[in-house]
Amino acid sequence: MDLFEYQARDVFEAKGVPVLGGAVATTPEEARTAAEKLGGKVVVKAQVKIGGRGKAGGVKLAENPDDAFEKAKAILGMDIKGHLVRKVMIAQAAPIESEYYLAILLDRAARSFLVMASEAGGMDIEEVAHKTPEKLARVHVNANQGLDKSKAIEIVKKGAFPEDVVNDVADVLVTLWKTFQESDATLVEVNPLVKTKDGRIIALDGKVTLDDNAAFRHPDHESLIDHAATNPLEALAKEKDLNYVKLEGEVGVIGNGAGLVMSTLDVVAYAGEKYGVKPANFLDIGGGASAQVMADGLSIILGDPAVRSVFVNVFGGITACDAVANGIVQALEMLGDKATKPLVVRLDGNNVLEGRRILNEANHPLVTQLDTMDGAAARAAELAANR
Amino acid sequence: MTIFIDENTKVIVQGMTGSEGTKHTRRMLASGTKIVGGVTPGKGGQEVEIEGKKLPVFNSVKEAVAATGATASVVFVPPKFAKAAVVDAIDAELPLVVVITEGIPVHDTAAFFAYSQEKGKTRIIGPNCPGLISPGKCNIGITPSDITGPGKIGLVSKSGTLTYQMMYELRDIGFTTAVGIGGDPIIGTTHIDCLRAFQDDPNTAAIVMIGEIGGDAEERAAAFIKEYVTKPVVGYVAGFTAPEGKTMGHAGAIVSGSSGTAEAKKVALEAAGVKVGKTPSETARLLRGILKA
Repeated sequence: MDLFEYQARDVFEAKGVPVLGGAVATTPEEARTAAEKLGGKVVVKAQVKIGGRGKAGGVKLAENPDDAFEKAKAILGMDIKGHLVRKVMIAQAAPIESEYYLAILLDRAARSFLVMASEAGGMDIEEVAHKTPEKLARVHVNANQGLDKSKAIEIVKKGAFPEDVVNDVADVLVTLWKTFQESDATLVEVNPLVKTKDGRIIALDGKVTLDDNAAFRHPDHESLIDHAATNPLEALAKEKDLNYVKLEGEVGVIGNGAGLVMSTLDVVAYAGEKYGVKPANFLDIGGGASAQVMADGLSIILGDPAVRSVFVNVFGGITACDAVANGIVQALEMLGDKATKPLVVRLDGNNVLEGRRILNEANHPLVTQLDTMDGAAARAAELAANR
Repeated sequence: MTIFIDENTKVIVQGMTGSEGTKHTRRMLASGTKIVGGVTPGKGGQEVEIEGKKLPVFNSVKEAVAATGATASVVFVPPKFAKAAVVDAIDAELPLVVVITEGIPVHDTAAFFAYSQEKGKTRIIGPNCPGLISPGKCNIGITPSDITGPGKIGLVSKSGTLTYQMMYELRDIGFTTAVGIGGDPIIGTTHIDCLRAFQDDPNTAAIVMIGEIGGDAEERAAAFIKEYVTKPVVGYVAGFTAPEGKTMGHAGAIVSGSSGTAEAKKVALEAAGVKVGKTPSETARLLRGILKA
């Protein structure tokens, strides 16, 4: 889960990373109140989980609380690269002397954690890496050894930071490591980390990504979920514990196993080229596809007004095809009149003959069976095109 | 020959007394795997009967190895306890640990992987994987054993069901070993490790490599193939239609910005001389074509 800047600021503050005062506002009135509390000049910043908001006009300096009201009014509701601005952060303004960069992230290729530090902050780090690689330190940190002050100093020096800030920046880096580990983050990035004119080192803007797999040991992470931006069908699926992603197409897809479902989307997309249709969603019902799981999955997909046909693609591994077939039959019974769209079913693997027999016997008018994945995808695409 | 496992591999099941552990122990025994016991901390000294076989339960992997001579373990314990279980197996210096568990925090995996590297005795496969099978000889994990038999294809895949699908497509030819390496961002055994082992295995005539969006493991595998692998390799990549920034079921399956796309992986593999199928069936056809030629 990616956090908003204001949430990252809160996490930083809680863990002891130096930040400026800040508050989140969803209305211009709230923005004014927050600015009054903070006092002095403030910066009104659009809260979107995408880069480039400054260039898009999503960050404005406000001279006083009334100005903060006006700036928030202008920014709230903006569309930044397809992201609707629902919240702004009101942050204290600070006189900046220098901008630096710090980040800790999961490095998949190295199967380890990577610290990046550079005296060249405030810009795209890819650009720094490309143009002035000598100013960017990239140092791996072993999960079991961690990051202590002496290693932090070494990294900061390697990142070409001025001598007078090395000690303070190293302190921030150690705290950032603590934040990274204790929060089960896969990314903590501070860009820019600034030195203010009065010599303080402060994390001015931050990005934090948290590991969803670690949610069980962080009950507080639940409150960080951005429900407003979650697609309602995705929210419903999550409630039912289903792995669902909404896409922009017409052919609903249900399958078992993440890889097979991704593959099914691709096969539907190829087959759909001819008919001008695309897959409507990703839905993995996982290993134990009971009738209830199938019914939950089908009802979510049939609840998507964009869906015109459904492709159920199951390779029975642990799950036996007869259980899946029973699931489909029972799901259609449970849904009754709500099931109105044609279903193309392809079953293979564990107990496939019995599975196919069950579906043939049920002889449901909406269900067509095909033997191959490619053939079934083509039929589902054709059905979606014809409706 | 096979890779990583063979008919002599003796396996203990960590988490055997749990419901998943028991279910899959039964299936593994039924497919001929030499299961010699289980480990559940606090339940040592008990004995469970599964598939008509009496299996001893131990408190630690070390005790289990001392008593049974086990050479591999398979981990079915829940995410919360998975790290402790894997560390236990590494401490016992088991050569092979197969982690089936899905949903392990990546900080835990990073920690136990780093620990295994430090100790240098243990190969980890997974987490979040179906395990590996050498049909007719040994099956560690949850792969169905009746899809196909022994043969001359080696398979490595991030995905479980795509592994099954591909084994099914090529069931008349059969496999030396099929390895599901797992869909997490950090995994103990990579495509490259498997490609190297298949290249070095005299019984493997051709290799199928299945990848998916996220990270750059496939690109690095492509570079490795170019440099090291002389046997024919066909590839398949899932996730061309995956949108940017969305996790597609597997924790590691995510396109971030312009990196980790299926297209980039396909291009890299093709540049290394690997034929890449558009669908699983087409991939199987490509392999048949190569074996016939």
